[in-house]
Amino acid sequence: MQLELNHYLWLSAFMFTVGVVGVLVRRNAIVIFMCIELMLNAVNLSFIAFSHFMRDIQGQLMVFFVMTVAAAEAAVGLAIVIALFRNKQTVNIDEINILKG
Amino acid sequence: MPNDYLLSLPILAAAGWSVLLIILEAMLSRAALTRVFAMLGFALVGGLSVIGFPLQGLAFSEMLRIGGFQHFANIIFCLSGLLVVALSEKYLDDENVHYGEYYIVAFISVVGMMLLAAAANMAILFIGLEMMSIALYVLAGLMRRDVRSNEAAMKYFLLGAFASGLLLYGISLIYGATGELALHKIAIAIQTGSASMLFWIGFGLLITGFLFKISAVPFHQWTPDVYDGSPTPAAAFMSTGAKAAAFSALIVVVTNFSTLLQNSPTWSLVISSIALATMVVGNIAALAQENLKRMLAYSSVAHAGYMLVGIAAATPDGYSGIMFYTLVYTLMNIGAFGVVALLESKENLLLASDYAGLFKHRPMLAGAMAVFMLSLAGVPPLGGFIGKYKVFAAAVDAKLTWLALAGVLASAVSAYYYLRVVYFMFMRDPVGEAISAPATSSLAFALIAVAVVLLGVFPTEILRITDAALKFAQLPTQTGF
Amino acid sequence: MIESYLPIFAQIVVAIVLGVLLSTLGVLIGPKRKTAQKLTTYESGIEPVGAAKERVSVKYYLVAMLFIVFDIEVVFMYPWAVSFREYGIAGLLSMVTFALLLLAGYFYIIKKGALEWD
Repeated sequence: MQLELNHYLWLSAFMFTVGVVGVLVRRNAIVIFMCIELMLNAVNLSFIAFSHFMRDIQGQLMVFFVMTVAAAEAAVGLAIVIALFRNKQTVNIDEINILKG
Repeated sequence: MPNDYLLSLPILAAAGWSVLLIILEAMLSRAALTRVFAMLGFALVGGLSVIGFPLQGLAFSEMLRIGGFQHFANIIFCLSGLLVVALSEKYLDDENVHYGEYYIVAFISVVGMMLLAAAANMAILFIGLEMMSIALYVLAGLMRRDVRSNEAAMKYFLLGAFASGLLLYGISLIYGATGELALHKIAIAIQTGSASMLFWIGFGLLITGFLFKISAVPFHQWTPDVYDGSPTPAAAFMSTGAKAAAFSALIVVVTNFSTLLQNSPTWSLVISSIALATMVVGNIAALAQENLKRMLAYSSVAHAGYMLVGIAAATPDGYSGIMFYTLVYTLMNIGAFGVVALLESKENLLLASDYAGLFKHRPMLAGAMAVFMLSLAGVPPLGGFIGKYKVFAAAVDAKLTWLALAGVLASAVSAYYYLRVVYFMFMRDPVGEAISAPATSSLAFALIAVAVVLLGVFPTEILRITDAALKFAQLPTQTGF
Repeated sequence: MIESYLPIFAQIVVAIVLGVLLSTLGVLIGPKRKTAQKLTTYESGIEPVGAAKERVSVKYYLVAMLFIVFDIEVVFMYPWAVSFREYGIAGLLSMVTFALLLLAGYFYIIKKGALEWD
């Protein structure tokens, strides 16, 4: 069996879907954040796959930037989680409900 | 190569200035000084954009697209940043969070906005968007000992990062469908071949990411909560600068694919329905709000709807209308948020009824607030009216009369909640003790109000500039890069 | 294609079988003499102190966050490192600028005392 572009794309789509579902159903802010990271990495996989199979370097360039942006996002996100935890002693988003929509 | 640096001088200057701010804050740790330098920086970058207005072209291996459109957008961002920074000090002092970092982060956010508007490549688009958004998450959570601010930052962060993920997947699929990341090359690849299913899914995800950022229905639920919990000046910044940036990028993207989108009835239908839903939901929800901050948040959703009408029209007139609209909106909305921030006391969240009798105590402030409210409602001859008129007229020209009509009806409904504030300020007697506020800032608001009036009375100059600027925005695709 | 992965699969299977087998054998045939000393948590021979689920000081998070950001910036060095001869002096200048930007951030961190432990 030869690994083709489609295999990578299906895996990437699957990972992305897991991430999206996780964001929608999980209640722990940290876990939601991990699911978002999963989404970003699924996208990275598809970029790499496209880049490899189209013999085009631009996709790999994107991956570098996505990785750094994800790191910056992680730093800010964790800081927000810690600030919230210090004030509320919980990271469950069901209990984060002072602001009513 | 030197031409590249000259072309992108405003962006480079802004990036350099933000580093300068960081070093300044590290060495001296004096928030007041950092604030002055941030304001100087905004003035400098805005000035560079004014001077460099006629320059146009692609820079740095076709990564950046600079033209009148980008310069105009830069001026709006700098104006927004300058006003927000100018109006922030008292609020931050009252809340005991007067850090120099606030100004640095706001400045970096503006650098992101400028990159976003100048993006000629999906990579820059993504970096600009994230630079802007991550800085805004920090601003939302600035009051780190206040649970409300923590919650606002958390919601904004999780939903914003989620939206970025969708947008990024869209970019990836578009890349897969066309093999290109540069916007104009993608457009050419689609014109020569045909837009595949993969491309359309990617494009849909990309647009969804943008709709999140401009808080269009059905992706608007975060808006009131985030604006409510964030420091009020930061909310003003999010609703003006960030919205203007997202709309600039949206305009750049849709003008790039204009030939494709004009032949797609689905696109027109989808974007018109979203515009309609955004106007209706935003205005109806705003009717029910007692808290002024939440009312302004829903009003900002509604205004995103009016601006989307220009996108739905998909004509240069519509886009130029949006640019004018974002300029006016920046002025009047920062004005309105600024007045709220000024009068907001720590214990007591101000309701519309708390503004009763403001005119008796502070006539100048009440007058300025009345101008902002009337302009937001779209009463002629104020700036807000011209913006709406231009956008709706473009919709009528594009045979979307029903959408323009719906927009007019929606603004008629919106007049109720804007005028209610005016009514309380002027017609009611003050209840309880007088609202205290320093006299100096009244003058600043009066100046902004005068600018809003002037934009309404003499709009032709600015409209000529936006029309011309838009031609520059489309240039690279027209000359067949 | 998939056949070339066969040795890896074989190794995985062997590893799992060996691991499970040896642990099971140890439990089944090993002598069991339980003393109070032996039942305590294993902590490298040191007396166990406090509960296992202790809170970690928030300072660790600060350092970790700073680490993530600075650590990941190194990825931009790799593409340059493999082709720095082609880019010549222009590439070098770009990377120096990049490093200086990072240094400005580092300077800020030091000055703000984010790395001082006490």
